[in-house]
Amino acid sequence: MSKSKPVLNSSLGKKLIMSLTGLFLCTFLVVHLIGNLQLFKDDAGYAFNNYAYLMTHFAPIKVVSYLLYASVIVHAIYAIILTSNNKAARPIGYAASAGGANSKWNSRNMGILGTVLLVFIATHMANFWWKYHNDQVPYIEYRTDLSTGVTTSTEIQAGDFHDFTKVTENGVEILKARDLYKQVDYAFDNVFLVAFYVIAMAALAFHLIHGFRSAFQTVGFDHKKYVPIIQFLGVWIFGVLIPVGFALMPLYFFFCK
Amino acid sequence: MSAHMNLTLKVWRQKNDKTKGQFVTIEAKGIADDMSFLEMLDIVNDDLTRKGEDPIYFDHDCREGICGMCSLVINGRPHGPKQGTTTCQLHMRSFHDGQTIVIEPWRAAAFPVLKDLAVDRTAFDRIQQAGGYVNVNTGGVPDANTIAIPKRIADEAFESATCIGCGACVAACKNASAMLFVSAKVSQFALLPQGQTERYERAQAMVDQMDEEGFGNCTNTGACEAECPVGIKLTNIARLNREYLTAKVFREEDIHG
Repeated sequence: MSKSKPVLNSSLGKKLIMSLTGLFLCTFLVVHLIGNLQLFKDDAGYAFNNYAYLMTHFAPIKVVSYLLYASVIVHAIYAIILTSNNKAARPIGYAASAGGANSKWNSRNMGILGTVLLVFIATHMANFWWKYHNDQVPYIEYRTDLSTGVTTSTEIQAGDFHDFTKVTENGVEILKARDLYKQVDYAFDNVFLVAFYVIAMAALAFHLIHGFRSAFQTVGFDHKKYVPIIQFLGVWIFGVLIPVGFALMPLYFFFCK
Repeated sequence: MSAHMNLTLKVWRQKNDKTKGQFVTIEAKGIADDMSFLEMLDIVNDDLTRKGEDPIYFDHDCREGICGMCSLVINGRPHGPKQGTTTCQLHMRSFHDGQTIVIEPWRAAAFPVLKDLAVDRTAFDRIQQAGGYVNVNTGGVPDANTIAIPKRIADEAFESATCIGCGACVAACKNASAMLFVSAKVSQFALLPQGQTERYERAQAMVDQMDEEGFGNCTNTGACEAECPVGIKLTNIARLNREYLTAKVFREEDIHG
């Protein structure tokens, strides 16, 4: 037996990359959902806008976010490489196909689901990430009376806003921030965008019901006791709880705001 | 008393590996429902021969489900609609009078069609030759059972060793991946003391050869397991991933050698 070729050139190595980037993206979803639950707070976006500032200006978070963008790109590129290899492995297809007889629809169509998600990510980042980073969101000022704890908010003009600032004057906390909350509210007035978000979250659900479990299989994790737990997490946390949680956000702003 | 039926066969006819093939419709008349699928094809071939036509070329040997020679994708399912059987064990009672049956060869770049329904499966032989063996010392015959092996390990290895190498896993897989076959062949040795000497080199050599032959990448759809006539389990694929990645990442001989 001669010297074997490098691990990342092999089919299993490429799949390892899919698996690890995919699982990393799954951990991001958990954090993203928990953080964005602040959208449901009825505080004119005080908590959420503070959180948005933290997530874009705290150095360790920035490092992780760049890793995240890289993971999305690597996951997509390797998906294309693997898919084109797979197509080449069967140049002539079957005239009669019975895919449903031996496998689940979502496991066979991860590429289609993934493409929906990639379009979604691009749309999502254009709507919020790009606008937030390029001063295309409204600005807001919160005044909190520290003795009573009552917060009032007013929209302010671009000329009155210089940077995220938090000062306390005469027992009143004045916070000026980019109002990403308002941008979310605006964006989800659009029924087509809301519909697209809900569809994308359905795609996410089916992608992860297969993908989460599959990622563990690819790294060789197969344990009688723990695989059922992985399966449970894959279906109920990543396949149901997280997509439903995300889908509720556009629906909440469309119907309740 | 057996019932007789008339069937319409749509059979892939291809002169040799150089020419293009196409489907040819052939009527199969007076087929008894207790015939095996291959006996039905024998009858059709007798007919074709009598008419001076070229009989349908298909692989077969033992006709009792243990040699792995017979193949055929029948109505989109490798080895036909029944689970846990080879084509030779499939009986015509699984079909009904007047049914149209589409019969295709295994479709994979690594399994080129030789003629009609027979494909060249020597890619599997080359994978076996790359590492699917154990070295033994010459000399006196050792006593049986001198090496203690726990029964559950022996059973697990035996389950993997039941693979007959028919290639239905490749045929069923939407990516034409040979992972189930390779994983079974790696597992049967990796589990047993006799297979330890070449354990990690084997996993690497066989995966390298699998990639070399042009099989696709496993996406864990589970179609292979569902169609395998001898019930090889997906747990073998997890084991192969584990063996290969362990070999690549953690083994002394690869890190320092």
